[in-house]
Amino acid sequence: MAGADGDDSLYPIAVLIDELRNEDVQLRLNSIKKLSTIALALGVERTRTELLPFLTDTIYDEDEVLLALAEQLGNFTMLVGGPEYVHCLLPPLESLATVEETVVRDKAVESLRKISHEHSPVDLEVHFEPLVKRLASGDWFTSRTSACGLFSVCYPRVSSTVKAEIRQHFRNLCSDDTPMVRRAAASKLGEFAKVLELEYVKSDIISLFTALASDEQDSVRLLAVEACVSIATLLPQEDLETLVMPTLRQAAEDKSWRVRYMVADKFSELQKAVGPEITKNDLVPAFQNLLKDCEAEVRAAAANKVKEFCENLPEDSRETIIMTHILPCVKELVSDTNQHVKSALASVIMGLSTILGKDNTIEHLLPLFLAQLKDECPEVRLNIISNLDCVNEVIGIRQLSQSLLPAIVELAEDAKWRVRLAIIEYMPLLAGQLGVEFFDEKLNSLCMAWLVDHVYAIREAATCNLTKLVEKFGAEWAQNTIVPKVLGMANDPNYLHRMTTLFCINALSEACGQEITTKHMLPVVLKMSNDQVANVRFNVAKSLQKIGPVLDSNCLQAEVKPVLEKLAADQDIDVKYFAQEAVSVLALA
Amino acid sequence: MAKLVDQHDHHYCTADVISAVEFSQSGEFLATGDKGGRVVIFQREPQGEYNVYSTFQSHEPEFDYLKSLEIEEKINKIRWLPQLNSAHFLLTTNDKTIKLWKVSERDKRPEGYNLKDEEGRMKDISKITSLQVSPVLRPMDLLVEASLRRVFANAHAYHINSISINSDCETYLSADDLRINLWNLDITDRSFNIVDLKPENMEELSEVITVSEFHPHHCHLLAFSSSTGTTRLCDMRSRALCDQHAKLFEEAVDPANRSFFSEIVSSVSDVKFSHSGRYLLTRDYLSAKVWDLNMENKPVETYQVHDYLRSKLCTLYESDCIFDKFECAWNGTDSVIMTGAYNNFFRMFDRASRRDVTLEASREVCKRRAVLRPRRVCVGRKKRDSDISVDSLDFRKKILHTAWHPTDNIIAIAASNNLYIFQDRHSHHAGHHLEQDRPPQLQDAPAQ
Repeated sequence: MAGADGDDSLYPIAVLIDELRNEDVQLRLNSIKKLSTIALALGVERTRTELLPFLTDTIYDEDEVLLALAEQLGNFTMLVGGPEYVHCLLPPLESLATVEETVVRDKAVESLRKISHEHSPVDLEVHFEPLVKRLASGDWFTSRTSACGLFSVCYPRVSSTVKAEIRQHFRNLCSDDTPMVRRAAASKLGEFAKVLELEYVKSDIISLFTALASDEQDSVRLLAVEACVSIATLLPQEDLETLVMPTLRQAAEDKSWRVRYMVADKFSELQKAVGPEITKNDLVPAFQNLLKDCEAEVRAAAANKVKEFCENLPEDSRETIIMTHILPCVKELVSDTNQHVKSALASVIMGLSTILGKDNTIEHLLPLFLAQLKDECPEVRLNIISNLDCVNEVIGIRQLSQSLLPAIVELAEDAKWRVRLAIIEYMPLLAGQLGVEFFDEKLNSLCMAWLVDHVYAIREAATCNLTKLVEKFGAEWAQNTIVPKVLGMANDPNYLHRMTTLFCINALSEACGQEITTKHMLPVVLKMSNDQVANVRFNVAKSLQKIGPVLDSNCLQAEVKPVLEKLAADQDIDVKYFAQEAVSVLALA
Repeated sequence: MAKLVDQHDHHYCTADVISAVEFSQSGEFLATGDKGGRVVIFQREPQGEYNVYSTFQSHEPEFDYLKSLEIEEKINKIRWLPQLNSAHFLLTTNDKTIKLWKVSERDKRPEGYNLKDEEGRMKDISKITSLQVSPVLRPMDLLVEASLRRVFANAHAYHINSISINSDCETYLSADDLRINLWNLDITDRSFNIVDLKPENMEELSEVITVSEFHPHHCHLLAFSSSTGTTRLCDMRSRALCDQHAKLFEEAVDPANRSFFSEIVSSVSDVKFSHSGRYLLTRDYLSAKVWDLNMENKPVETYQVHDYLRSKLCTLYESDCIFDKFECAWNGTDSVIMTGAYNNFFRMFDRASRRDVTLEASREVCKRRAVLRPRRVCVGRKKRDSDISVDSLDFRKKILHTAWHPTDNIIAIAASNNLYIFQDRHSHHAGHHLEQDRPPQLQDAPAQ
């Protein structure tokens, strides 16, 4: 590898190796991240016999170093000599899978799962499966939780005797003393069920599922709900009623709100997994109960699912179910006491109109939309406004515009700037839906008022909004409605407003095109180069740089260049800097 | 140690005053926190003695520039996590910030460098002829490292009075005067508010939370006590916000006994679930009460800790002593309870026999390996020489913090800057005959 005189190429590697145990965490981290370089230099044999044992022995490091190491080792197969030797990576990863830091363990498990596929069936039984067993029967819960994530990757590829052992280990972990291990097992139950033969799903998994779903700790029970989705998908329809539904019904009425929340949160998945018949008979009443739950968190989670649930109802009875069972609950939620519930509902309720069609929407949903548009909580109103397009397709927006306008105006003037910011973001959408006429008449003045808002973020968003409006309504519209107002602000006594003119010009010049820019905007910008505030002057330089490409070269030479040269000699250092920058970018020197 | 004791005899500094004492789940370790923000961990030797294992600075004094408030470094509470692996974890808190510490051992270090020789001198680069990976791990002196793993900050507007780890081993609570927050041990940037007593208008404030604790087995149950003498049990299953309690433990006060001090002395200073999870032990200024979780209207047992002070409340109010917060503890089998008092006395009550004993933790009476003699406080004339009159009690010497080993009859008593560890000589004498296991110890910073 090296000659007697020493080898220069070894030096950088020697540094990296030494830094693996440097006192400084950052250096160790850097070195670990280049572990593949070290391994390449050492060659596959020394990597296996020296580097990996060293790494295994020194696992007491900072989390971030261990995390990087766990990740690296997942991609190390070729560096230890290919699939034939991949099992050499197991010892360090096994240690990493037992450390107390969750992120490190999870990463180690991820890498172990990855390299498990690179094991030959024989190696899997000789090396990998024993590791899973050791982890599964480890003294500390950390190793047992890690084992939970490894069963499903080795199960499909081992002999039936070993399979039986694996099932037994999984059963043990499902009834582990510590809730952490039971939680880990519960969260992997669905995944494990997927790789099991159907007979064992019915015999083993169902009993584990039932046990975990009635665990004394609600943190375990709620994870069983997630497994319910996968298990239900695996079983034939005729078995669902006896094997899954009793547990699911129990979960939907669990004493703990967190479990019911989980049911609400997974409702669409559950609905798909159990199929239309059970949905009609069981899930509809369950969903009604969740929408009326005493805990607001549960109602909000269920409200979020209203549209999806309705969409996925069997077509033949969809309308009847919605009208007789769901809509009455939805009506109550519109006047819920909790604003999160109302705002969750407002974010999906408009979607019901496409499902129910024009007549039902006008008769039943419109009053709800209108009520929510008048809600005291701005978030509810915003959520309605942000989904206007769904309604527009079905009944046209005119039905709503009477109530819409006051709602928009109120939000536009809300005392909280984040609310104002949110409504600005919906302006282009609203403009598209309402049409130019309505916009000019009612909303244009709002858009202009935002330009002089006292919060910079609002002025900035308002500027950006103008660009989008011009893209929508065209340059001619801009010239007649926006540009005069924007340019008028150039004479405002407040320098912040004068700068807004410049920002608007930056944003609009491209959308407005060469003619408007040259004729109307450029003169104003050039005139502002005499502004007494330096911030305005250097923004003139920046504006000129920005709009330069839109202008023709005559204009650049004749009008822009002299002004920039003047600014480049300004007494303010920033003005000079930006003027010089503009000169060079526009190639006017 | 004995020398240190003499040196610092009467003028210890405030930073050394112990403010928290807590045994680990196994009892192998004992942690103390002090007003100087330090944590000292003791490990039980095979012979039974506890020796210093690790000392570290957990909290530093800080200044909140937004509110112009000084934040003391004093450790308010320490709680051990159930053991996860060979390392040990504990939560410590001052008024505002909770920290998770890992205490671990290291006894070997890697050696053999490419660029340095055995003595640590840099090698000549041209002499590097091969790469040395060197899994050479040389043994070294046992090094106990305490490393800060998480900081849970900025969640409390008021002073944190308690922390408690949930039996799900995933979450813990922290309580301040008005709110209780729920944290995930892995997540530092958010917590959930589960109890909020803050009224819309602070002038309507009628009670503050004094202490809060999770049930030892049921992960959804927590108890919190208030300055009005009530203890509430909350079920986290029923609602996300536990403002509505499941049970309220409160004893009706005879209106005839009402006085100016009634409310102050009824304020609950500590709450501990029994190991069985069936009972709640509460401590107020004058008494300790055991409540059955199934009976809310009165305690099943009431123990007078120092009823003779009832006539002295006025003096105690003037010296602010009446606001002292005494802690209480159960023994491993829930058959005896223990709590502190004044004059370096602490009291133990045997629940079955109803016998009680007063013992003293002070340097004068505690000789190494000596058996502690019971003390008596008499109200009138002295009956025995060893009796002490109420009027001669020293109210500056108080035992606020006590802890009982989770299984054995070993107790730890903090008396100002001293920590006393007593051990039962005959295990069948439940906590009555105690001998001092080690000399009084000072919680001084190790010499640097």
